[in-house]
Amino acid sequence: MAGYERKNSERYLPDQGREACGLFGVMNTSGKRFPGNVAISAIKNIKVRGNGLGGGFAVYGIYPDYKDYYALHIMFENKRREVKTVVERYLTENFNVAYDEQIPTNPQVSLFHPPLVWRYFVTPEKKGDEKDFSDDEFVVDKVMHINTSIDDAYVFSSGKNMGVFKGVGFPDEIADYFLLDKLYEGYIWTVHSRFPTNTPGWWGGAHPFSILDWTVVHNGEISSYGTNRRFLEMYGYYCTLYTDTEVMAYAVDFLMRRQGLPIEVVSKIFAPPMWDTIDQMREKEKRLNTTLRMVYGPLLLNGPFTVIVARHNEMFGITDRIRLRPITAGAKDDMVYLSSEEAAIRSVAPDLDFAWTPHGGNPVVVRMNSTDHLLSMDNSI
Amino acid sequence: MAGLALKVGLRDMFLEGSRHVSELGGYATVSGSEAWVDALNLKHKELNDLLREVVSQGARDITVKNVFGQRYIGTRLNGIFGCKVNLSIFGTAGNDLGAFLNGQKLTIYGNAQDGVGNTMNEGEIIVHGKAGDVAAMSMRGGKIFIRNNVGYRTAIHMKEYNDKIPVLVIGGTAQDFFGEYMAGGIVILLGLGLAEGKNHNANYVGTGMHGGVIFVRGNIEKSQLGKDVGIYATDDRDMEIVRQYSGEFAQRFGLDTEEILQGQFRKILPLSKRPYGSIYAY
Repeated sequence: MAGYERKNSERYLPDQGREACGLFGVMNTSGKRFPGNVAISAIKNIKVRGNGLGGGFAVYGIYPDYKDYYALHIMFENKRREVKTVVERYLTENFNVAYDEQIPTNPQVSLFHPPLVWRYFVTPEKKGDEKDFSDDEFVVDKVMHINTSIDDAYVFSSGKNMGVFKGVGFPDEIADYFLLDKLYEGYIWTVHSRFPTNTPGWWGGAHPFSILDWTVVHNGEISSYGTNRRFLEMYGYYCTLYTDTEVMAYAVDFLMRRQGLPIEVVSKIFAPPMWDTIDQMREKEKRLNTTLRMVYGPLLLNGPFTVIVARHNEMFGITDRIRLRPITAGAKDDMVYLSSEEAAIRSVAPDLDFAWTPHGGNPVVVRMNSTDHLLSMDNSI
Repeated sequence: MAGLALKVGLRDMFLEGSRHVSELGGYATVSGSEAWVDALNLKHKELNDLLREVVSQGARDITVKNVFGQRYIGTRLNGIFGCKVNLSIFGTAGNDLGAFLNGQKLTIYGNAQDGVGNTMNEGEIIVHGKAGDVAAMSMRGGKIFIRNNVGYRTAIHMKEYNDKIPVLVIGGTAQDFFGEYMAGGIVILLGLGLAEGKNHNANYVGTGMHGGVIFVRGNIEKSQLGKDVGIYATDDRDMEIVRQYSGEFAQRFGLDTEEILQGQFRKILPLSKRPYGSIYAY
């Protein structure tokens, strides 16, 4: 975004997005990597949930040769080479850049106004006081600097051995554009088909949103965005991508990486039980839920939502507590699927062992070498 | 830049790439009053166009296989041919199955997604599986039978008028906001799969309900009910209704009516016909 737009952003850009998007996620719980055709076919099945104004993928396990390096996917809007020079100067000041290249794209796919997208494999070069910070903390700080202080440069993803590919178009077109089914194999694929309704459909606003190896795809509207954003800013997370989902990526990084909480607890922060339900709980449970609402109240996510969040070795899906957006889970052997619609799962895995829809606010947690996801079948339909 | 994307990038996700019905002949076979349709890879509009086409060729019993989430199945068969059509659907029926249905009969051998029978007026939908959220939303006539469970907000704002009384029978249990804002009609929740001593799943049952009746077989606690409803014992007249529709349910799924009727039924009724009258009336 140009500088003059940023000055006016609070006035012109609504602080929330109403969306009716399509979500799909698939994970192999044995860690076996597989190509993109599963995720691509599934999201094509629910094409009508998006309107071609945003599609994107997060893939885990794609850079085994550089698995110890942070893989920075950086978008340069308007293909501005001079911005790339500024970013690269900043990167070499702060990182050891082992390798970098333009992310390969298919010239035969014509998308609307594509930016230049480059990837850098880096390790932190910490100086002075910075040595007190963990590598992850250092990377978050530098990503925030690029996003907030360098015009027209945005970091799409910054995790190790994973990456986000996204843009304006239907998700299968984005997959074709970045040659996802030809070049990459991963053990988790999440994908999003966007239907933006009151924030712009632009390349940076496509899902997944990501920080470090966290990625979030989201259907719905986080009407608590303002409160969530203010809270996260106190911890050094700055929202620059003009859409509500961004807070969710920073919130999971804050709660799960920094604060070390498991998703089973985090889900009670995002989608807490109603007070009258808490009143009926046993004493210990009541104390936990009351404490969480007191301490982490500003991270309660209000409004209708379904999200699929992933990081290495873990993927989870959760809806708001009164399930105003749909989710269905499916499992077949060591493949576990999450989707907005059961049909999308059936279209790529017709012989499921299980298909179920959990209770609102109850997460489906898919973990490596575990069957934890089946726990969410309790009270499901 | 963003504004430009909205203007230039907007696409039609429903119609883009959909073929004219004259190109879809290979997907259907018609023989007298019967027809077979293979829905694999057909878009929503293509499938619904094709169903109209085979009906216009005289088909009245139509079997559709390989359904993977196509929406609005049955909706566009309304009225125009002045005939009743039987659709047998194999696969996973998409959202708004039988929306605005007006006399057709749909049988789904598989699960259905969200919005089954949305604003349906007449006819019958039989689901040999589960249904997603908002089943029977705003339904105003006809019958829906669902073998297994249903999701959130089932029968939301179902309504009745004189002799138009919609009926919904569910074999399993339901999730939250069951019967939300219900204004009329008959809903029967059988709880056939419930484990001994286990309550129904639903909380906030009948929130905002102001008409109609919900019959429940299987245990449900008072704390699971919304503020606007009460739960009562059934009388003989109630049990006549329950017997009739449980019988129709059992017949469709090959179950034993008497076995179903051995369970204890109770009824949920609204406490007021105008629960919000004192809030919004001036």
